[in-house]
Amino acid sequence: MPDLTSRTESPDAVIIVPGTIAPGRARGAGPLRREGPAKLTGAAKYADDLVFPGAWFGATIRSTDAHATFEALELDPAFDWSKVVVVTAADIPGDNIVSSIKADQPILVPVGGEICHHAEPLALLAAPDRATLRAARAAVHARTTSLPAVFDPLASDHVFASYELASGDPDAAFAAADLILEGEYRVGHQEQLYIENNAMIALPAEDGGVTVHGSLQCPYYVHTALKRGLAIDDRQARVIQAETGGGFGGKEEYPSMIALHAALLAGKAGRAVRMIYDRHEDLAATTKRHPAIVRHRTGVTRDGRLLAQDIEVVMDGGAYCTLTPVVLSRGAIHAGGPYRCPNVRIRARATRTNTPPNGAFRGFGAPQTEFAAETHLNRIAQALELSPLDIRRRNVYQLGDTTPTGQVLRTSVAGEEVLERAAEAGEFERLRARHDADRRRREGSGTVPGSPLRTGTERMASGIGLALAWHGAGFTGSGEVKLASVASLELTAECRIEILVAATEMGQGTKTIFPQLVADALGVPFEAVDIAPQDTAYVPDSGPTVASRTAMVVGGLLIQAAGRLRATVEAETGGAFATTFRDYVTAKGALRVDQRFEPYPGVGFDDATYRGDAYPAFGWAACVASVEVDLDTGEVQVRDVVAVDDIGRVIHPVLAEGQVEGGTLQAVGYATIEEIKLRDGRYLNDRLATYIIPTSLDAPRITTILVEAPFDGVPHGAKGVGELPMDVGAPAVVAAIADATGAWICDLPASPERILAALAGIPGVAPLPPGASEPARPPPPPADR
Amino acid sequence: MSAHRFTVNGAPVEVDVPGMRRLLDVLREELALTGTKEGCGEGECGACTVLLDGAPVDSCLVPICQVEGSSVATVEGLAPSAGALGPLQAAFLQTGGAQCGICTPGMLMAATAYLDAGGGPDDDAIRESIAGNLCRCTGYTKIVEAIALTAAGGGIRLTGAGTIDLGG
Repeated sequence: MPDLTSRTESPDAVIIVPGTIAPGRARGAGPLRREGPAKLTGAAKYADDLVFPGAWFGATIRSTDAHATFEALELDPAFDWSKVVVVTAADIPGDNIVSSIKADQPILVPVGGEICHHAEPLALLAAPDRATLRAARAAVHARTTSLPAVFDPLASDHVFASYELASGDPDAAFAAADLILEGEYRVGHQEQLYIENNAMIALPAEDGGVTVHGSLQCPYYVHTALKRGLAIDDRQARVIQAETGGGFGGKEEYPSMIALHAALLAGKAGRAVRMIYDRHEDLAATTKRHPAIVRHRTGVTRDGRLLAQDIEVVMDGGAYCTLTPVVLSRGAIHAGGPYRCPNVRIRARATRTNTPPNGAFRGFGAPQTEFAAETHLNRIAQALELSPLDIRRRNVYQLGDTTPTGQVLRTSVAGEEVLERAAEAGEFERLRARHDADRRRREGSGTVPGSPLRTGTERMASGIGLALAWHGAGFTGSGEVKLASVASLELTAECRIEILVAATEMGQGTKTIFPQLVADALGVPFEAVDIAPQDTAYVPDSGPTVASRTAMVVGGLLIQAAGRLRATVEAETGGAFATTFRDYVTAKGALRVDQRFEPYPGVGFDDATYRGDAYPAFGWAACVASVEVDLDTGEVQVRDVVAVDDIGRVIHPVLAEGQVEGGTLQAVGYATIEEIKLRDGRYLNDRLATYIIPTSLDAPRITTILVEAPFDGVPHGAKGVGELPMDVGAPAVVAAIADATGAWICDLPASPERILAALAGIPGVAPLPPGASEPARPPPPPADR
Repeated sequence: MSAHRFTVNGAPVEVDVPGMRRLLDVLREELALTGTKEGCGEGECGACTVLLDGAPVDSCLVPICQVEGSSVATVEGLAPSAGALGPLQAAFLQTGGAQCGICTPGMLMAATAYLDAGGGPDDDAIRESIAGNLCRCTGYTKIVEAIALTAAGGGIRLTGAGTIDLGG
């Protein structure tokens, strides 16, 4: 009988270890996904699969105004309101605030208060069955008075956050430059589109406390929000993660809102309440990737060396602050791209608009600014008649270089390595030369007006594009120090080894790699290590499951905890941990080790001056994308992608590859088809029939190459993998479209409409810029009767 | 309300519900088979895919009155016995075809229909067969790999019965 927990061979993991680096520890193919069998048999319980007999169904009454005064909540007297529970802001026992960076977002807008976006929660309903709930919803009317709304982030004077980074003397450097190139790049909203919608179930306790079971990334964010909104203590608030069907940042912050709503209803109804979003509500109300406008002005030498960068970043925060300051901060720090430039000025601000709040999404600000940086660099290369590969070779960060925050890159720098690997595996220069020749042959032979490359027989054009990125590992700046995360490890009275962390599994493989790391550190088999449920009643606050920090930061804490556990046991027993821990338990009982985060040696950041080590280390990614563009329809098919990612150390090749492949496809969607359209500040395509993501037929063949340049601040060298591929995919695809057609698409997504407008040279027929809101349409004239 | 009779994973069932109730809800709420998931409720994502008389359908679009006398197959019927996995499930586990797992039941059912119809390890044909099932985690690479592995009869070494035992 095969042993399912033994290490299997990975068919195509390619791992390259730069020569100077010692071989890794947890190498080879990993064990099988810990919770995989439950997911594959239908046994895994996601929130909506949990049964609580007698539970009621909850619903949210939302604004239909972008900006208004909430005058009154009108309840139709014809409806029997005794059958349901209605919750308004007046029912909130604690602060009417969804706990986040700023205390600006209400749990429910109070009567008389200001409605700041479409889809803002105004009141809550719960009913014993769905039919009654539907009838009650139809009997509620929110009376409002409209206020002037702001949809353009450039026109908004309410600034959530701003940063300025400067180094050298950009003005003098521009004066000395051989060429100055300017460009403006715009990206719109992107929906995380986890396939499991947001869901939360609240169970009231007699003492006013509450237990919530839900789909979420960050149990302690929800815990903090419940305590504040319900005015309850640590013990009264309990948060339990159900199996979670994807997050990608989309379940970082909004679950706090939903948990509060479910808890308020449960408290008033005196029974469990299920708050399960359908896709429409999830799309209409929950956070998206921030739209951004990025302007570059770059001075270079004739041979393509960067002399000066002047970059302005404006992000659209939406109606409330949420995590916008940290999204903007990451976006600003990464805005120059992974390149040495002695004279830099980066000014970034995020402003308020009357649109639903934007928030975390894989990459967290960096995909927006790195799309701009990479596309701009490709255009500089074209202007200088340099290869996109060569211009990157000349500028990519090397060990010892200094970043715009003054950080000296002392360790783990692999930009050149990933670049060369990607160019080689993707045959970048050979294919680019072929496309060049094709384009020259076809140029001007066009038989279709406005489509110079279209010939009588050739409707498709092929192209190849290259992009390079860096991505700071873990929280920005002093974030990890402030978090002061704790991870625990317990040798239990039953002689099990149990991991206690709040880090959540949502598909990335947390529940597999943590036991791997701990087993490795203790010298015990993978199967000897358990992982406790993500339940705030049992596990410590090991921080949120975000920022690609789980493997690096929390994994590092667990290895340290395992080291202490092992030392204590071995000192007592005099033998190896693996063979003596049972004797230890017999003699001394259970043993628990709590490991608190300590700053990585030599890493420091000053929040006041915004100078220092913005991240303990950076991951590096390169992408080569091959596309075919239909010159008649503007449709892009991304055929092949080579993704090369330096993730420090590979803990589990199959899981790591899965992160790169999934992130790459999300980036391809961002580049080509994913777009939220707005009218009067409301999302128009708020259904899965209209917000489209790539299917198996849209997906490219993805070749993943993992590079290892370990971070020496953690024992296992891992730097995180989730977000890296998101930074490079879009600029690589856009560069490939330019290689195929000669047209640079500077607004994402590079939709057929934008491509056709660019090919025809008629920008006026392009759709609105990404993230822009078209005006409200006048009401239809009364029908003739 | 009216009685509807059909089979689920080979076992006869009878449910007394309105005829327009969705097959998805009947499976999840009347029969406690929560392995079948809802992702969009409008036939776009395929998370609720089950086999109706062997053909993959979005169970969110099928009213129960249309199921009368039919056979329904769900993810719960794929494993040959409790604590074991069938070859397709084992291949998903081996290749990393399941990440968050929410699309997995529907994906497995679509792939089962493909394999039952004699589908082979051809990449394009496999991609076509799961084009109605959205996955946001994997980029589809490892799902396609798992289906191809199963079609080719490869994968984790199987016991005589064509299944693997999960132990415990």
